[in-house]
Amino acid sequence: MSEQATSAEPLVRVEDVHTYYGKSHVLHGVSLTVGAGEVVGLLGRNGVGKSTTLKTIMGLVQPTQGAVTLSGRAITGLPPHKLARLGVGYVPEDRRIFRLLTVMENLRTGLDRKGVTEDTRKTLLDKVFAYFPVLAERRAQAGGTLSGGEQQMLAIARAMMLEPKIILLDEPTEGLMPRMVSQIGHIIEALHREGISILLVEQNVPLTLAASQRVYIMEKGNVRHHCAASELDVHDAVIKQYLGV
Amino acid sequence: MRTEASTDAGSPADARGAASSPLLKTELLSVKFGGLAALSEVNFELGRDEIRAVIGPNGAGKSTFFNCLTGVLRPTGGRIIFDGQEITGLRSNVISQRGIARSYQITNILPNATALENVRIAAQSRRHAWNMIAHHDAFADINQRAEAALQSVGLLAKAHEMGANLSHGEQRNLEIGIALATEPKLLCLDEPTAGMSAAETNETKELIGRIAKDLTILIVEHDMEVVMELCDRITVLHYGQILAEGTPEEIQANPRVLEVYLKT
Amino acid sequence: MGAIVEFLHSIPIDLLIIQTVNGIVTGMILALVASGLTLIFGIMDVVNFAHGELFMLGAYMGVIAFAMTGSFWLALALAALIIGIFGAALQILTLRPLIGRDPLNTILATFGISLVLQNYALWQFGPVARKMSEPISAEFTLFYLQYPWYRIVIALISGAIIGALYLFLKFNKFGVWIRATTQDRVMAQAMGIPVPWVYTGVFALGAAMAAASGVLFAPFGGVDSSMGLQWVLEAFIVVVVGGMGNLGGSVVAAIFISLLEAYAAVWLNPSQAVIASFIVLILTLLFRPTGLFAVPK
Repeated sequence: MSEQATSAEPLVRVEDVHTYYGKSHVLHGVSLTVGAGEVVGLLGRNGVGKSTTLKTIMGLVQPTQGAVTLSGRAITGLPPHKLARLGVGYVPEDRRIFRLLTVMENLRTGLDRKGVTEDTRKTLLDKVFAYFPVLAERRAQAGGTLSGGEQQMLAIARAMMLEPKIILLDEPTEGLMPRMVSQIGHIIEALHREGISILLVEQNVPLTLAASQRVYIMEKGNVRHHCAASELDVHDAVIKQYLGV
Repeated sequence: MRTEASTDAGSPADARGAASSPLLKTELLSVKFGGLAALSEVNFELGRDEIRAVIGPNGAGKSTFFNCLTGVLRPTGGRIIFDGQEITGLRSNVISQRGIARSYQITNILPNATALENVRIAAQSRRHAWNMIAHHDAFADINQRAEAALQSVGLLAKAHEMGANLSHGEQRNLEIGIALATEPKLLCLDEPTAGMSAAETNETKELIGRIAKDLTILIVEHDMEVVMELCDRITVLHYGQILAEGTPEEIQANPRVLEVYLKT
Repeated sequence: MGAIVEFLHSIPIDLLIIQTVNGIVTGMILALVASGLTLIFGIMDVVNFAHGELFMLGAYMGVIAFAMTGSFWLALALAALIIGIFGAALQILTLRPLIGRDPLNTILATFGISLVLQNYALWQFGPVARKMSEPISAEFTLFYLQYPWYRIVIALISGAIIGALYLFLKFNKFGVWIRATTQDRVMAQAMGIPVPWVYTGVFALGAAMAAASGVLFAPFGGVDSSMGLQWVLEAFIVVVVGGMGNLGGSVVAAIFISLLEAYAAVWLNPSQAVIASFIVLILTLLFRPTGLFAVPK
């Protein structure tokens, strides 16, 4: 499958990245791209390095080799707080909202940035409460008292407060009830309509194929397959090979 | 992959009873964390000399299952019977003495000891040496057992190498060697090929195949190639219960298993 | 029975009340010192053995500033500001490089800093204790004593500073940053919070609070290079008894321990009265190691 025919540099480019956890060689030269306004899926079984790829992009782990660029600018080695300010939002597996802060305070951590005017604050909050009315209801409640699904929404809303160009979403549907799973699908769609790029790590194949324009499939620390999402069906041999048994 | 069929359930050997009684059996094994059931009344049987894999998607209960078997976690219900004796709720050191050895997902070797020393400590555990004065070299049988364990995992040449200086693959294999040195009846391997390259994975796969003679092996793995090529039978866990059990071919052909993995 | 009644009659009520007032006053100063310590530990996981020296240097700065400006209040503000900045510099130079390493490293580092600062003060200011006069010399009659109003004022100021800190943490933007960083350092970074600077800010804040306590205490006794030692020891006891990182707990524990010592001083001599705090410490560690006043999560 070819890249976009334009010569424009993709929003995020990961180039031949090797990452270690101690001695464990987790990423063996991963390369992928995410274009502006694109939803890209990253599929693979447990332990193949999908989360580590996101963490490498976010600067939470440093690669020993390879490079990551944002809009053509090298960002490898930058600390996570700089990346957040450059427009990379991160929603980790297990959500990790601030449990002892209220919903409003959680959102504030993203809003209290340099250069955010009163108007922008209001617009962003209104938008996020429109997407997630339940968060508006619970705005004075401590994050830890929310249900799993609500925490997932808060984690996404919090990232949206950064006005990101791209959101790194790590297994947003894990542990959620089927009804919430389809809601996550709608949210991803809505974010896509706003022009925010998404790199979606998931094990839920139908959701990923429906939401993404392109997908990468990883195995044992490498990208093994890459194609347009429309070219793949959940019953394809390739899916069975890399994600099934 | 071995071809002996003597321990497959339903074979004529079973009818003869005691000789092929299961090495490990759980009855209604349950683990509840608050309101969450990590394991739900699991009835599991493992025959002697089998190589069995336990697979399943995230949160299926594989680690919890392993932790119960090895005494790290106390089940909230049910029983575990090993080699005819009940081991439910026994502490992990007691279970180790009874013959269940385990390797871990995160490498646990002693970095400041040599490979031989790492393995020898495990070999020593099998025999009480009240003699505090003799030099450790004087216990020939312990040394022999340690060297034999290193030999089985292909690390005899690196016997005097510091644990920290071994490559990741070698460290994972040393971990298996340490477990082997306790001369277990059941070897539990927790993601033995985690973080390995394709080449290292292959080596470890062959290693496990070799040591599998006279040994019953239970593996938790995510690498399906390893699982399909090595194992006699596979148990699939899902939400704390056994979803399916069978030979690799049977599991691959099972549509329900695929559904669960792909979340369709 | 008769012996008990006799004992009850012999308790000097007026002395106890005086000691209650004394206990609360010292307790409030101790609370201010301990708050800085528990803040630094709760947020940065740093056991700051140099805290007593920051207290001591604050007192010296106060003496110097007072000599220059003639105003106690100005001296208080200046000392807190100068030592706050000094604390920030210290953290950037010596503690930031140690982030992520074995905690033993920071313990050794702060212990080393404490030795350096003590000896620096001895060299710079000499062995003779400095004196600082009280800002308010009015007194009121408490039983048979002329009790200085100053002491009451000090207790109120300490309380006000701690109260301001609480409000800051709860409502201010940087207070939210600090709380978020305490709960999840990694996600705080992922939200754009510059965590390394939050740590520096917290350390500076703790240092400023220690310095302020030093200036507030200065008129009570002399200012000398080793005055930090006894205070930091008591402050650590307070932090453990109150619960590490628990601001409210530190305040309650500080007053509790100071009162205990003050009452013990009625019957024992003051250097023996300290035993009371140690007994409380040992009992806390034995039965409620997370702190007597720790809020269960």
